[in-house]
Amino acid sequence: MSRLSRFSLVALLVLALCVLLWWVGPRGEADGPAPEAVAAHYADMAHAVYGDSLAAARTLRERVRAFLDEPGPESLHAAREAWRAARVPYMQSEVFRFGNPPVDAWEGQVNAWPLDEGLIDYVAPDYVHEQGNPAARANLIASREIQVGGEAVDVSSLTPELLARLNEIGGSEANVATGYHAIEFLLWGQDLNGTGPGAGERPYTDYVAEAGVCTDGKREAPVAHCRRRAAYLRAAMDLLVRDLEYMTGQWAPAEGDNYRAEFLALPAEEALRRILFGMGSLALGELAGERMRVALIANSTEDEHDCFSDNTHASHYYNFVGIRNVYRGHYRGIEGNELTGPAIAGLLRARSAEAAASVDGAMTDAGERLRAIYEAGREGERFDQMIAPGNQAGNRRIRAAIDALVGVAEATQRAAQALGLGELRPETAGHPF
Amino acid sequence: MRAPFRIAAAVLAASLAACGQSGDTDAGGDPARPGGETTVFRADREAYSLPAANIPVAERDRFFVGNAFFKQPWVIAPASTAARDGLGPLYNTNTCQGCHIKDGRGHAPRGPEDDALSMLVRLSVPATEADAEMVGKFGAVPHPVYGGQLQDRGIPGVPAEGRVEVRYDTRTVTLADGTGVELREPRLRIAGPGYGEPGDDLMTSARVAPPMIGLGLLGLIPEADIRAAADPGDADGDGISGRANTVWDFAADRAALGRFGWKAGQPTVRQQAAAAFVGDIGLTSQRFPTANCTAAQTACAEAPNGGEPEVSAEIMDEVVFYSRHLAVPARRDMDDPRVREGRRLFMASGCGGCHTPRHTTGHDPDAPYLSGQTIYPYTDLLLHDMGEGLADHRPEFEAGGREWRTPPLWGVGLAKTVSPEAGFLHDGRARDLLEAVLWHGGEAAAARDEVKDMSENEREALMAFLRSL
Repeated sequence: MSRLSRFSLVALLVLALCVLLWWVGPRGEADGPAPEAVAAHYADMAHAVYGDSLAAARTLRERVRAFLDEPGPESLHAAREAWRAARVPYMQSEVFRFGNPPVDAWEGQVNAWPLDEGLIDYVAPDYVHEQGNPAARANLIASREIQVGGEAVDVSSLTPELLARLNEIGGSEANVATGYHAIEFLLWGQDLNGTGPGAGERPYTDYVAEAGVCTDGKREAPVAHCRRRAAYLRAAMDLLVRDLEYMTGQWAPAEGDNYRAEFLALPAEEALRRILFGMGSLALGELAGERMRVALIANSTEDEHDCFSDNTHASHYYNFVGIRNVYRGHYRGIEGNELTGPAIAGLLRARSAEAAASVDGAMTDAGERLRAIYEAGREGERFDQMIAPGNQAGNRRIRAAIDALVGVAEATQRAAQALGLGELRPETAGHPF
Repeated sequence: MRAPFRIAAAVLAASLAACGQSGDTDAGGDPARPGGETTVFRADREAYSLPAANIPVAERDRFFVGNAFFKQPWVIAPASTAARDGLGPLYNTNTCQGCHIKDGRGHAPRGPEDDALSMLVRLSVPATEADAEMVGKFGAVPHPVYGGQLQDRGIPGVPAEGRVEVRYDTRTVTLADGTGVELREPRLRIAGPGYGEPGDDLMTSARVAPPMIGLGLLGLIPEADIRAAADPGDADGDGISGRANTVWDFAADRAALGRFGWKAGQPTVRQQAAAAFVGDIGLTSQRFPTANCTAAQTACAEAPNGGEPEVSAEIMDEVVFYSRHLAVPARRDMDDPRVREGRRLFMASGCGGCHTPRHTTGHDPDAPYLSGQTIYPYTDLLLHDMGEGLADHRPEFEAGGREWRTPPLWGVGLAKTVSPEAGFLHDGRARDLLEAVLWHGGEAAAARDEVKDMSENEREALMAFLRSL
């Protein structure tokens, strides 16, 4: 509650400041906002977006607990809907990941993907996994001890700490035991429909710890499996909430010793570079490249981002919305609250109308293209159907979004040039140990 | 304790400055950034997995697309993922990353029961005069039944070629200061050969997957610079010869300098990648359009394929781009006096005779970010006689059974951070860097003996230097 009220206070203050700046008149506008103000608003937005991600994750945890207390079709549905809702702010947060090294280093435990889900639970017989991954079939739900690289790991007690330690165990990135996608798998199970309609169909009975009722999907299972699955889900939820608390704190004002303070102490030029690098990196390398083009080239649901829940259309859309938020300095929170302030757009408009127009155009275009994917998904044609080899319209829709995101990345680079920042490179390139 | 170190450091700095080309303070390059402008600053388990730092943000998608095809599993054909099917019929594993663990090294099996997944075994039979053309193009004469590499897995219906079983003989080397170091020597056996006894003339060579960092930079070291350092007859009498391997470049359709692989058997990253796709994962490409089935392996030849070729030109281009642009991590702790002392000892002991610190890359219009970089890979990319202890007795092109290409040392200090099980030397027998040094023989015997004679402090300094790479 105090977080919310503090948030509204900050939002109100920023709003007041904006109105003030607006009234100050044309001179202020011609110069654009001060780079320091852009950096500060960016940090405020990061705080708001992570704060919303945290709030939505807490809601998800409540729904998950309610489901585990009384497993049933409705409570499972409610938990799944809460997961989808939690993705909305989180996907908008990813634009803060790439430009800011501590966020990128933290992210793995929260949103790592793709995963060899056989590490966690039962899988279908035709499950494909990395053969070099010694834990790809470890099945934590059904095991008390697993063997990885000659080492026996006691997994009898599924604590958040243990799950965190199991990430990338045995050197394989596909071992993801924590975060949104592990939780997604525990709520939905594998999507066995390939590029056809339908998501994962895990039955609620996977969580009913009663002899004769407990299942592993379609099979009857020992009660211990249902107990351990519930324990796993609780632990993964606790860890996710804890991680988001940490990252929200990293962007909180007046906490002093956090990343926000470090970020705001940077030379303004470096702060702007991180902001733009994050936008361009998410647009091109991550979203257009790894999350869309790979899935399209391979026609492969294994490369689909939210592959268990078939929520990919929404995740991709909100990834883009995050980029646009940062550019325009405007964020609409999960409660409908608006956060507005000085941003790259205003800075750019004052320096180069041409560069600003080019980024504006690229954002509008990409917005339409990503929206088309989102709408098609909402109407029932999910991302995994769009990438099917024969689906020309779906393929075209994704191709168009990729092209538009390339445009965003290129425009971002032009914006950096116009702002005198030169080539956009990662912060680490100039950072000695 | 401090003052003598300071004095030593000052003396060192002066002597290094006098070293010129190989010094820490030379102009034209920055030893703290071994990959030049491509260098990245990360020292955790992601240290080998980052794109060259100087690729602009608007051009990075190729790296990440290539990365996805490097790490996601290939599947058996036919499959709905038409672009990523075609695994096998005979193969070693289904991903690149499975062997190049976190883009780093593979490791040897711990013992006879352990899976040899990130290690493979090359096969051949002795060449005769009549085999000259075959050797000129493929480096060796493949076994008539088993081919040029043992594939220890097959898709359903296609028998695997056998299982690699490794046992170790151990012995202890005693250093001058009395410290004992246990070395393990692998003994290889092919258990359960799937296509009959391979016969007595089979030659084998075990190879663990090498790290992927800086490959594009190594590819751009000018050929003339590499050849200039070769001294096949040891004309300068320093005990180190150094020979260039001459291999076949299929794209150019001519003989070319070998640069990549444990015996420098491949001329380019592209050809190396295509060879690994077909040899290790069983995937055909434009470069190598035929599946790795021998005439005797009929089930293999008759199995469905995943397209012709299985790795499309588009995917190959992105994987090659990825493989060329994996960045080298920056040095750490360079101002530590022990590290500086270690570097002096490294050069003074003669290690730098083959592990050449510095090179400058040439220009490639297709790889502007790799061009014109002053780099510190610590290799001459030449073949050296490493003695009987390391010999595989299996020639590859012009490399003899005792010869190995100097492996680059950049990033080696992070090898175990990236993959705790990482092994060193061609068959992964060395479990740490000191063991690797002690295995050196042949042309490197003198340098190795210098290390054996070191005091504990000196040895620790040398190791501290290697860890800083």
